[in-house]
Amino acid sequence: MNALGRFWSRARQSRAVLFCGGLLVGLVVVAMLGPFLSPHNYLQTDFNNILSAPSLTDGHPFGTDDLGRDLFVRTLLGVQVTILVALVASAVSLVIGVFYGAVAGLTGGRVDAIMMRFVDTLYALPFIFLVILLMVAFERNFFLIFVAIGAVNWLDMARIVRGQTLSLREREFVQAAQLSGVSFVRIILRHIAPNLVGVVIVYLTLTIPQAILVESFLSFLGLGIQEPQTSLGALVDAGVNHMEGASWMLLIPAALLALILLCFNFLGDALRDVFDARQSR
Amino acid sequence: MSLLEIDRLNIRYGEQVAVADLSFAVETGESVGLVGESGSGKSQTALAILGLLPRSATISGAIRLAGRDILGASEKVLDEVRARRVAMVFQDPMQALNPYLQIGQALCQILSTHGLASGAAVRARVIEMLRRVGLADAERQFRAYPHQLSGGMRQRVMIASALLGEPELLVADEPTTALDVTVQAQILELLEEVRDNTALLLITHDLGIVAGRCERMLVLERGRLVEEGLTTSVFSEPKHRHTQTLIAAAPRLDRGAMLAPVEAENILEIHDAEVSYAERGHGQLKAVQQLSVAVRAGETVAIVGESGSGKSSLVRAALGLVPLRAGQVVFCGAALANTVQSRAAAVRSDLQLVFQDPVGSLNPQMQVHAIVAEPLRVHAPGLSRAEQVDAILDKVGLDDSFLTRYPHELSGGQAQRVAIARALIMQPRVLICDEAVAALDGSVRKQILELLRDVQRETGLAILFITHDLAVVRAISHRVLVMYLGRLVELAASEALFTRARHPYTQALLRAVPVPDPTAAGGYASLSGEPPSIISPPGGCAFHPRCVHAKNICTTTRPSTRVVDDVTVACHRADELLQPH
Amino acid sequence: MLRYALLRLLGAIPTLLLVIVLAFLMVHAAPGGPFDDERVLPPEIEANIAAAYQLDQPLPQQFLQYISGLLRGDLGPSYRYRDLTVSDLIGSAFPLSLKLGAMAMLLAMLVGVGVGTFAALRQNSLLDRALMTLAMTGIAIPVFVLAPVLVLLLAVHLHWLPAGWSGTTGGGRFILPVVSLALPQIAHIARLTRASMIDVLASDFVRTARAQGLGTRTIVRLHALKPAMLPVLSYMGPAIAAILTGSVVVEEIFGIPGLGQHFVRGALNRDYTLVLGIVVFYATLVILLNLIVDLLYGVIDPRIRQR
Repeated sequence: MNALGRFWSRARQSRAVLFCGGLLVGLVVVAMLGPFLSPHNYLQTDFNNILSAPSLTDGHPFGTDDLGRDLFVRTLLGVQVTILVALVASAVSLVIGVFYGAVAGLTGGRVDAIMMRFVDTLYALPFIFLVILLMVAFERNFFLIFVAIGAVNWLDMARIVRGQTLSLREREFVQAAQLSGVSFVRIILRHIAPNLVGVVIVYLTLTIPQAILVESFLSFLGLGIQEPQTSLGALVDAGVNHMEGASWMLLIPAALLALILLCFNFLGDALRDVFDARQSR
Repeated sequence: MSLLEIDRLNIRYGEQVAVADLSFAVETGESVGLVGESGSGKSQTALAILGLLPRSATISGAIRLAGRDILGASEKVLDEVRARRVAMVFQDPMQALNPYLQIGQALCQILSTHGLASGAAVRARVIEMLRRVGLADAERQFRAYPHQLSGGMRQRVMIASALLGEPELLVADEPTTALDVTVQAQILELLEEVRDNTALLLITHDLGIVAGRCERMLVLERGRLVEEGLTTSVFSEPKHRHTQTLIAAAPRLDRGAMLAPVEAENILEIHDAEVSYAERGHGQLKAVQQLSVAVRAGETVAIVGESGSGKSSLVRAALGLVPLRAGQVVFCGAALANTVQSRAAAVRSDLQLVFQDPVGSLNPQMQVHAIVAEPLRVHAPGLSRAEQVDAILDKVGLDDSFLTRYPHELSGGQAQRVAIARALIMQPRVLICDEAVAALDGSVRKQILELLRDVQRETGLAILFITHDLAVVRAISHRVLVMYLGRLVELAASEALFTRARHPYTQALLRAVPVPDPTAAGGYASLSGEPPSIISPPGGCAFHPRCVHAKNICTTTRPSTRVVDDVTVACHRADELLQPH
Repeated sequence: MLRYALLRLLGAIPTLLLVIVLAFLMVHAAPGGPFDDERVLPPEIEANIAAAYQLDQPLPQQFLQYISGLLRGDLGPSYRYRDLTVSDLIGSAFPLSLKLGAMAMLLAMLVGVGVGTFAALRQNSLLDRALMTLAMTGIAIPVFVLAPVLVLLLAVHLHWLPAGWSGTTGGGRFILPVVSLALPQIAHIARLTRASMIDVLASDFVRTARAQGLGTRTIVRLHALKPAMLPVLSYMGPAIAAILTGSVVVEEIFGIPGLGQHFVRGALNRDYTLVLGIVVFYATLVILLNLIVDLLYGVIDPRIRQR
């Protein structure tokens, strides 16, 4: 935990980290609380107000869709679902990736070679098409979305963790610990894990937007989140179909999706800068 | 008018001053040494002359080349000066040559950019220059990539590239620091030979190099010029305290008391060790072969050799960090297991290692007290540790304020003291130092060596000291093991080795070390060529292709090790070749 | 080098086989048959259909038949387009997708490397920062957001460019799809090029070249460009995959009758043989292109070439 604390104390000195992180936290809070402030819910249809433009006076600040549903509530729901899917999927890839990478890196030798050969093989697969196939075959199962996205994203994490572990293992301070009689478990806990924390956090921040991208891509194609549930990708899809008469249906979710992705990317980039700077000192 | 005049040069990075009020001049054709420890601003000065400092530097003053100020000149003006009037040789020839470019291509570009030749003449001139710097097969080497050349060959190419434009001034920034000592002598000789009337500004931390090669010298301390004069007079009568410290700290190969042999039981013995690594596509790389050596309680045995001699592999095998393929490690009369993991904790703590890179050998996430106390946690859990940590830090010369520091907050010397404290806290019987002072400046190096001597005197610690620096060896060791391509060349008491070396390789090695005294002889390139590849060592005596005394038998039969007058030596001609050094 | 190439080619076979097995299993493990949602058929007709598509045989048998068909270039019949084989469909749709993808890739490389080098030479200037913020935005915004917004702006509102594909001819209709596909890749490549160019320009050998008075143009051309291209080269694999994925979306949005559109339609219509065929085809393509990229490494780096 000490290593986490030290990482944070450095990270918070970066304005970019604070800004992007704050924006994301704010967005999530609004997305969680916003629906309670609206008189509408995400299912309710209002046939007197079909495709009405955004307006504060009639209680639809983001307008309504082709079924007269309130887009403010639906968009916030979309943000919730998108972020939830991304977080769970990233957690899946984090657990698999760190475990796989650490085992390969710590074991080394032939086991490592075989494990990494497997990762290389998977890397060469056009995963997104297999994921689409999976979604087609298994009827847009909500749970499968996590599995599918996690399965795509763990490879990077595994490679990075393995590379770091391997180089840490060769570092002189680990050899010095071995010579002092420090046990294998303790070497992992005291010498290897704390030095992995930074790089794992950085790459986790970069994995989340990728997961968001995959989810919204699937939803956009109609293969992800299904009606009446929604996500930002699904909302963009609906928006494209009505963009010539009701451009708000496209522009609002598109802007939010872009904003979230931008924030995560900038955050990851800023964290990497912080971390690299410390590594090279 | 001087060729180069530096007038009140100041270089700052923010608040940090790199060079302060520096003024000096270099005359046509002379050779000037610029000496200082790391951070003294000597490289900054060199880069400033060529306008190569990073944009973050704030520079003021004047740099006049034949009267014309080029400080702050446009890139266009500087490009006309570079290579044509002032050329530079950098430290690390591997990093300084483009690995993606054939050396011929890179060299030809210099001639065509500066309009010095055109058409077929370009290639002809490059090949001629490559010949001049000693590339035997210049036509073929023209198409070679840097990674296909040895370190010494690369530095020859670097010198060729610097001389192509026939400059008036050659700036050489630590040109031999990355090279082995026998190659260093060759390169320094080459520089002297080929520069004709080109003035030389030689930047180095090594007083020995300046003493042998420069007419005048300048001494820098933290960005300031503290002494300047003829090399002979600076060495005979150094005026500034810093110069005096530098000269006193420079270990000398040719004088100083040597330690008398220690009579005691062997504490660690290595018998017939063999270490090899699987090399992709090359089969086995035999790093150490049939090597036996022992160290006694209270004794320091130095292990000396150029890069690739297998000295690090030997001690890592003794520690169990790499497995022995054959042979045995015996500690206090009992054979040790092959790997460190399978050795008992008590035995492990008796053999400790200090690394070359002081900061890299400390966990960046741990504070000094935790680093030093870690071995105690393993061996004596529950005991009060703070006192012991305090005591050992005190012993290595660090006060309480260091306890809560992280490694990146330490200087190189301080970090090395922490590493030594960690190694010593379990009171080991044997300490192995792998180039432990190579990364440190002269004065800090001297302090660390004294620390080790003190600990040894107090505790009877046995020390195996790996180094490439023979002058350090003379100052600290009782006995010396010389290795070449993984094999024992000579093993002798210091006194015997430094006064009457038996093996031709040892003799050449001793002659190649520059002596920090302009009146003493040293720094001769009595060896041609470089150590051959360890992957395919020559048959017979591995040294025969470079040996001036080689006979027929040396090319066919590997000499066995034998003992002549208490000296273990592997040479067919050891009896005949004995000559006083 | 040739030996290395052959070895890599052999190494690609297990990967390809793995894709085929995975894809095949997924399709056949899918709950419900391909014709479930049609009107209820008499059992004997259903049996006939099953026999025609060889669904009555055990799975390993079906797999072997599929593989042997594959070796002959036969990907089986389409479930939906009854008169056409999957190979016919791919053969007719792929050239258009290839044209789109190749144009996008070329555009991305030229502009990306250009912008990246330009920014690297002005490191930390205002222009550099602006370009890199723009590039980060380009990376973050997905194609399916970018493309509709571009259409809305440039076609629907400003009428500068055609919005759709059908009903228009000429090169103009390529502009929006190609730009939508290329923009994220331009952004990626520009950032990569800038970062690696900055690294290379700070390297010791570039300092040597500067000390030789070679001048910026010569240094970039002779010394820096090759090594700076290495990270860009290793991004080519992911870039190709991203452009393929993007083409699925772009063809859908612009109504371009390419392979991507077939793929989406097939997926939504549960035309299993078609989807399976396209996945196998894409996989082969991606693996082969990756192989070529790998071999290009040897062309740039003399140390790899020696193996």
